[in-house]
Amino acid sequence: MKKRLSSQENGLVRKKSLSRRIRQHWQLYALLLVPIVLTIIYKYIPMYGIQIAFRDYKPSRGFSGSEWVGFEWFERLFTAPNFKRMVKNTVLLSFWSLVCSFPVPIILALAINQLRFKKYKKVVQTVLYAPHFISIMVVCGMLRIFLSPSGGLINLLMDSHIDFLSESGAFRPMYILSGIWQEAGWGSIIYLATLSAVDPALYEAAKIDGASMFQRIRHIDIPQLVPMIVLQLIMSAGSLMNVGFEKVMLLQTELNKATSDVIAVYVYEQGIVNAKYSYSTAVGLFNTVINIILLIAVNKISKKAADVSFV
Amino acid sequence: MKKEKKTGFSDKTSDIILLVFCTVIMLIVAYPLYYVLVASVSDPYDVYAGKTFLLPSQFTLKGYESVFADKRIFSGYLNSIKYTVIGTVFSVVMVYISAYPLSVKSLPGRKWISIFFIITMYFGGGLVPTYLVVKETGLLNNMWALFLPGGVSVANVIIVRNFFETSIPAELKEAAEIDGASQFTTFLKVVIPLSKSIMAVMVVFSMVAFWNDWFTSLIYLSGEQAPLPLVLRNILIRSEISASQSSTISGGYAELNKITEMIKFSSIIVAAAPMLIIYPFVQKYFEKGFLAGAVKG
Repeated sequence: MKKRLSSQENGLVRKKSLSRRIRQHWQLYALLLVPIVLTIIYKYIPMYGIQIAFRDYKPSRGFSGSEWVGFEWFERLFTAPNFKRMVKNTVLLSFWSLVCSFPVPIILALAINQLRFKKYKKVVQTVLYAPHFISIMVVCGMLRIFLSPSGGLINLLMDSHIDFLSESGAFRPMYILSGIWQEAGWGSIIYLATLSAVDPALYEAAKIDGASMFQRIRHIDIPQLVPMIVLQLIMSAGSLMNVGFEKVMLLQTELNKATSDVIAVYVYEQGIVNAKYSYSTAVGLFNTVINIILLIAVNKISKKAADVSFV
Repeated sequence: MKKEKKTGFSDKTSDIILLVFCTVIMLIVAYPLYYVLVASVSDPYDVYAGKTFLLPSQFTLKGYESVFADKRIFSGYLNSIKYTVIGTVFSVVMVYISAYPLSVKSLPGRKWISIFFIITMYFGGGLVPTYLVVKETGLLNNMWALFLPGGVSVANVIIVRNFFETSIPAELKEAAEIDGASQFTTFLKVVIPLSKSIMAVMVVFSMVAFWNDWFTSLIYLSGEQAPLPLVLRNILIRSEISASQSSTISGGYAELNKITEMIKFSSIIVAAAPMLIIYPFVQKYFEKGFLAGAVKG
């Protein structure tokens, strides 16, 4: 029934001319008008504005009217005193975040999926999703309280007086562990959704064959998840240089800058605080170019390794 | 299927292992929030002496009284409510009016318009060019700077579009159009009423985003327009003492210090509570929404 109707509809549509079809849909185009205009103004014009990375931007002369300076800003970036440190910190922070955070949602999803008590399963999920709904500001506030040298929860539990926020060695673990706390539960949703597509008959058959729960996870659940894991991995690799810079900003102190000084915060400081518009845009563009290179590289590797590609 | 030798634990044992594992994880996730909740109704000196791991000590609501008496926090709260309500209505409307046309398969140019939106998910102008455009369009110190630039959330548009395509029977739309309804009427009278579940998810996503945002407000808005999280930045990150506090509290520095610490705990609860209360109501739709967004993205 459904098929016949839609093929009939296709037949009708094909007979009409394009201009008539466009006129017939004018109301839909009208709906799209505002979103398209907003997207042009606030997404596409800024993309056009990236050219100020190669110009000396003056507000009075606009994006394309400002003087062309070529790669001057990039040269300044490459010779900036903290350049190497910033690149290193950005890459290491992202890399370690990815390595440590990536497997956690998968493990959580595998465990939650096998929980047999439906109500309890829902409670577990509700609790694990909770931190995702808390502002990064509040999370950083909590971190600062918990890590305080005098009376902070962590120091109380360890019976010590370490000032974690002044220790550059503590910055990455602090950033990564709190990130796992906040987002791992939320990240498990996509894997749980993928697992919910497993045919229950498969589990039944495996049970009859005598497979234990861990065998069922290994031979049914994990293969089911592999394509999604690869997809998520590629997407994460593409944003390797996009550190959660709001959080870095809120956890950065003068004393932990040796590890917390990252490119994204520099873009903000130079661009918004110091109003060095062109320079900051150049720094941001440098960051984006590296991201794209990483995305292409990972995509190629995964194409060869798993025959799954994203782009 | 190849029959494997039965190894490992019996089902009952593994059920118990799993149960314990999930419970431990759940406690680890919940404990920091619980600890802050307990600390917010305890004497701060007892908190810092480690007397409040499980239960409050010297129960008091003074922290909450001070939070609501603090002018900065109060105005931040009002600003946050305002931005969250207007921003949510605006962004859900934007998502809907973008997603519906893109779900109509006979719309000429549908593919190109989709690509036009999707490109912005992967490429952007970056912080400064976007800031300059916002500035040029006169939105500095205007709350619309929070709504217009991020107005069309493409990820959400895709989720809703996929929902329209898969969950609203084409027969219903056809029937409405045969009855003489315009596409606009079909959208309002057929599609919207049938999409309440996905709308609930979109409302919650937008609310959370606006309620928790502080960076957009930091770069585009002035001090007195600051939403709650930005106010909390001064309290939690910079440990500033409120001027209105220091002038009204008698009892000297020690008392002031105590109140400052109490405000930290209670303001965390006050800021986090609204969203933590709301999300469980739409939790059951998350999986469906995410899968729709990821698979056909």
